[in-house]
Amino acid sequence: MVTNKQPVTRNASPSLLKATFAIVRKDLAAELRSFELISAMLVFSLLVIIIFNFALELDVKVRQSVTAGVLWTTFAFAGTLGLNRSMSTEKDRGCMDGLLLAPVDRSAIYFGKAISNLAFMLIVEAIVLPVYSILYNVNLFRLDLIGVILLGSIGYTAVGTLLSAMSVQTRTREVLLPILLFPVAIPVLLASVKASGSLLAGAEFSEILTPLNILIVYDIVFISVAFMLFDHVVEE
Amino acid sequence: MIIVKKLVKRFGLKVILRGLDFSVQQGEFVALLGPNGAGKTTFLRILASLSRPSLGQVQVAGHQLPDEAAQVRAKLGVVSHMPLLYPDLTAEENMKFYASMYGIADPGPRITEVLDMVGLENRRKDLVRTFSRGMQQRLAIGRAVIHNPEVMLFDEPYTGLDQDASEMLDEVLRSVAAEGRTVVMTSHDLARAEDLATRFDILSRGVIAACATQKELQNSNLLTFYKQALVN
Repeated sequence: MVTNKQPVTRNASPSLLKATFAIVRKDLAAELRSFELISAMLVFSLLVIIIFNFALELDVKVRQSVTAGVLWTTFAFAGTLGLNRSMSTEKDRGCMDGLLLAPVDRSAIYFGKAISNLAFMLIVEAIVLPVYSILYNVNLFRLDLIGVILLGSIGYTAVGTLLSAMSVQTRTREVLLPILLFPVAIPVLLASVKASGSLLAGAEFSEILTPLNILIVYDIVFISVAFMLFDHVVEE
Repeated sequence: MIIVKKLVKRFGLKVILRGLDFSVQQGEFVALLGPNGAGKTTFLRILASLSRPSLGQVQVAGHQLPDEAAQVRAKLGVVSHMPLLYPDLTAEENMKFYASMYGIADPGPRITEVLDMVGLENRRKDLVRTFSRGMQQRLAIGRAVIHNPEVMLFDEPYTGLDQDASEMLDEVLRSVAAEGRTVVMTSHDLARAEDLATRFDILSRGVIAACATQKELQNSNLLTFYKQALVN
């Protein structure tokens, strides 16, 4: 057993971008094999919209008015499931230490996990939307609505990834994450519901500018805050 | 290679390390022994840059911690009782991932070499979740040496291994040390430590209570030395 027959060619340290995408690739490859995270989020989401469908036996007009609320409630709770699971798989097998031991900027770990979480959330949303459209007889395939969903999901996963990195270090992580996340995510959830509801009610684009601006500002602020704080959050 | 001066680590009001002094020369294999709660893991986590010292000076591979943590990490390999591997990825995919995190330019030949070293070349395409605990631990060592580190830290690497797996791990550890790397290993297994290490440090109540080289122990045995150090 002899090592080092081959010289190891090593760059100074991998760039933020390379390390980020290595983490994203790893997360997607692992998830595509196990489907543990997406299947849990998906089953939960489908159950919620089916329960709402039976609970709210409403006419078409009222259904349209509750659509935004039901959709974002579903996305928020399913997203919390995914965020918890995504970070706890790193923690439970000590893999978070493996990531922290790499000579990379620790922001790469945040961005890698946040992009993976966003991808999982978008996959679930892409499946939930057509099912919801059929069950509630509402057309959700509109570019402007999809844009709002994308912005809302970015904000939610940006803050959720940071908070899940904090909560995963505690014994009560499953309970703690929603308690920490929902109050902080209220602006993004309210703005998303408002913008989605207005679009579904037939409002003009100019009428949703206020919630849209809130979403954009929220996304930028929380990505920046997470970029600055993540190193301190994961440090013992 | 490792210099630690007056290291103090506190968690709230609880003091774990109380002014610990420690140094290791290049190529030494130091077994860090001590009872549960002595602070071995905390100490190793500080050396690994996973935890910040409360007070004191820590230098690893010529770099100061915590200020030059990234430079230290590039020269450091860590193996703990947890494998730090992804069960839903194959052995090769795990190695590729860690190679990319360490910026290894052409990881293919190095991965083959490392998998060969830990005796898992024929299982490279298998998912890690199908591996036994012993195989996972050997792969964990492969992960830790993928970037050819100068310093290796082993935190209770034998935890949960059966006799055969432990013997296999002995072989891997010997080959890792034979490369001239500096090794610090914590263990409760005195017989194994005696067999592998060139120096033995006893950590008790947050300080190094005693230390002896293999040569100095020739007329005694490690168990007697260990017990005496804890009593004093």
